[in-house]
Amino acid sequence: MDFQPADEQRALRDGARELLAARFGRDRLRAAVDDPTLDRALWRELGDAGFFALRLPEAVGGVGLGLPEAVLVFEETGRALLPGPLVACQLLAGLVDGVATGEKIVGLCDAVTGPGGGAAGPVLWEHPADCDELISVQGAEASVESVGGALAGEASVAETGRGRVAMAYRSVAARVSRAPFASVDPLTPLARVTDVPCTAPLALDVPRLRREAALLTAAQQLGSAARTVDMAVAYARERAQFGAPIGSFQAIKHLCAQMLVRAETARCAVYAASITGCAREVTGAKMLADHAAVWNARDCLQVHGGMGFTWEADVHLHLKRAWLRAERWGTACDAEEVLAADLVACGGGL
Amino acid sequence: MDLTYTPEEEDFRARLRQWLGEVLPLLPAKPAATDWPGRRAYDAAWQRMLYDAGYAGLHWPRDAGGQGVTPAQHLIFLEETELAGAPYVGANFVGLLHAGPTIVAEGTPEQRARWLPPILRGDEIWCQGFSEPDAGSDLAALRTRAVRDGDTYVISGSKIWTSHAEIADWCELLVRTDPEAPKHRGISWLAMPMDAPGVTVRPLRTLAGSAEFAEVFLDEVRVPAADRVGAENDGWRVTNVTLAFERGTAFVGEVVACRRVLGALARTARDNGRWDDAVLRRRLGRLSAEFTALWRLTQWNVSASRSAGGAPGAGGSVFKLRYSHARQELYDAAAEVLGAGALDADHTWVADRLSALSYTIAAGTSQIQRNIVAERILGLPKGR
Repeated sequence: MDFQPADEQRALRDGARELLAARFGRDRLRAAVDDPTLDRALWRELGDAGFFALRLPEAVGGVGLGLPEAVLVFEETGRALLPGPLVACQLLAGLVDGVATGEKIVGLCDAVTGPGGGAAGPVLWEHPADCDELISVQGAEASVESVGGALAGEASVAETGRGRVAMAYRSVAARVSRAPFASVDPLTPLARVTDVPCTAPLALDVPRLRREAALLTAAQQLGSAARTVDMAVAYARERAQFGAPIGSFQAIKHLCAQMLVRAETARCAVYAASITGCAREVTGAKMLADHAAVWNARDCLQVHGGMGFTWEADVHLHLKRAWLRAERWGTACDAEEVLAADLVACGGGL
Repeated sequence: MDLTYTPEEEDFRARLRQWLGEVLPLLPAKPAATDWPGRRAYDAAWQRMLYDAGYAGLHWPRDAGGQGVTPAQHLIFLEETELAGAPYVGANFVGLLHAGPTIVAEGTPEQRARWLPPILRGDEIWCQGFSEPDAGSDLAALRTRAVRDGDTYVISGSKIWTSHAEIADWCELLVRTDPEAPKHRGISWLAMPMDAPGVTVRPLRTLAGSAEFAEVFLDEVRVPAADRVGAENDGWRVTNVTLAFERGTAFVGEVVACRRVLGALARTARDNGRWDDAVLRRRLGRLSAEFTALWRLTQWNVSASRSAGGAPGAGGSVFKLRYSHARQELYDAAAEVLGAGALDADHTWVADRLSALSYTIAAGTSQIQRNIVAERILGLPKGR
C-alpha cells in the first residue's frame, strides 16, 4: 500500500499543468469569458497530447493509462478552469471517431428517468453550439441494489432497479432540438434538450459511464478547490490592512486552513475512488469534491473582500463552474440518499 | 497510487487475525470505568499479551525493542484490532504513543534501557505533565520551575489535564529550567516518578461525570538530572519531535469504529421509524462519505510519512481537524436517532457523545490546529 502518486503519475500531472499554463493562461481564460466559443486548435492540441485517448489501449493508438491517471489530468483542467465538454470527450473517445484526436467534439447529456417514466429533470447540454454530436444517456439512475452489487464486486449491469434498461443514443448535434438559456457560468454555454432523441443506439455500459463521469467531474472540482486555496493564500499574504498582511490575522488564517482541510479530504476521497472504482466511493467523492469546490470558492471570495465581488477577479468563475458541476452527474441530495440506503443495506464496513 | 497490500502484508494480517481470534476470548471481563486499579490491570494484561506475541511497539525501531514493521503493517494492526473488538491502548497511551517515542528519539542508551522495556511489557504506566492552569494552548508559557541543586532538579508548580495520573508510575514533565530565556528556549523534558515526595494528585471530574484526568501539584519534588531527556533548555524541541504522533495514527481504530457505529445508527433508525425523516437520512449518508474519506486520508498520511522518512507531517493536523468535528457530528446524529433516548446518560452513544466534546480541545484545540495548518503548511505570516 502506497497511496501517494508514483513518480510517473506526478510527471503526468506536472506535464498537464505545464501544457495548460502555456496554452490556457489567464489571458486566454479572460478572452474565453468574453467569447466562450471553444478553441478548436487547442482541442486538437489536447488530442495530440493524448488527453482524450489517455485511457484507450495502446493497440488502437491510445496512451493505455487508467482512471487514476485520468483523474490527475482532470484535476489540472479544473485548476486551470479549462472550459468545454472534456468529460464527454474523454469518456467517448473510443466510441465516436475523431474524438480521440480532438478533431470532433461530442456532448453528453443525461436524461435520468423519473418515477413517471419521463425525464426526472431538465436535460442539460454544455456548449451545444460547439458539439458535432450529442450522446444522450437515458434510463433510471443506478438503484440502491445495483450500487450494492457493484460494492460486492459483481459485474456492472445496465438493468436497473426500476426494471428499465438504461440506453445511450447518438445524434447529429444540429438535429437535436434545444432551448439555450443564459448560463450562470460565462465559460459554459448551456441549453436544455427539449426533445431527447432516440436515434442510433450506442452500445455502452451506462451505469459505468455515469460513474466515471461523476468521478472525472469530481476531479475537476478538486482541482478548482485546490486552486482557490492558492488564490486565497496568495491574496492574504499580499493584501495589507491595519498595517499587516491580512493573512496574519486568525480570522483569515482559519478560513484558509479550513479550505485546505476541505481540499485535502476531497483529494483522498477522489483518488481512492479512482483506484477502487467502487460505486459507493465514487458517490461519496463527488459529494465531498462538490462541497470543497463550492465552499472553497465562497471562502476565497470572502478573503478577497470587495475585489472578490468584482467581475475582474477570477474567483467568481471558479464558484460558478463549481455550482454547474455540482448539478451534473449526481447532486449532494442524490448522493446522501444513495449512501444512506447503502448503510442500511451493507452496514458500516470500510 | 496503490491501495493493495503486498503478500507479506496480507500474511501479517492473516496471522494477526488468527491470533486475535485465539486470545481475545481469554481476556478477563472489562472493569467498570470508575475502577482505576482494575482498568490499569486490564490494560497492562492486554499489553503483556501483545508483548509476548511480538506485537508490542510494532512501529518502534528494532534497536529500541520494537518490531520495526512498515507503516502499512502498523495500519493493518490498528484496523484488525479494532475490527476484532480488541481493547484500546488505554492507560498505556502516553507511554506507547508519546513518552516512549520521545525516549526512542532523544534518550541515551541508558535511558532507553531503563524506560522502554517496561512500557512495551505494560509494566509501567506513564502520564503527561505538559499543560498548566495558565499554559494551555500557549503551552510554552508554562511556569513550573525546576531549580538545579547539584545532581538533582527541585521542582515546584502544578500541572493540569493529566490523564491517568492516579495510576501512573512516571510522568513526562515539561519544566522551566531557565526563566530568563525566551519562553520556548528555557524548557526541559524530565521523567518524574509519580511516587516521589511532594507529588499530589487531585482528580478532576469531566462533564461526562468520570474522573479521566487530574491536577498534579508539585512541591519541591526532587528528580535526578540524569532523568532529563535531551539537553537542558532543549525540551520544547525534544517534545515537538513526537508531538505530531498524537495527531498521526492515534485515531485509526476510531475511524473504523465510527463507520461501524454509523451502520448501527442507520439500522436503528430503520427499526424505530426515524428513517422516514429525510433530513436525518441524508445526514447519515453524508457522514458515510465523511468517514470513508477519513479512512483514505489516514492511508494517505501514512504513505506520506513513509516517503518523508517516518516523520508524521502536517497532514496530521488536517486529519485531526476534520475527524474531531466529524466525530461530534456522528454522535449528534446518534442523538437524533435516539430521540428522547439521548437523555439517558447510561447509553453508550450518549456517553460517547459527551466524550466526543473533548476531541476538538485535547491535543491542540481546533483553533490551534488551524494556526498550525495556516502557518506551517500554507506559509501565512505569524501574528494574531
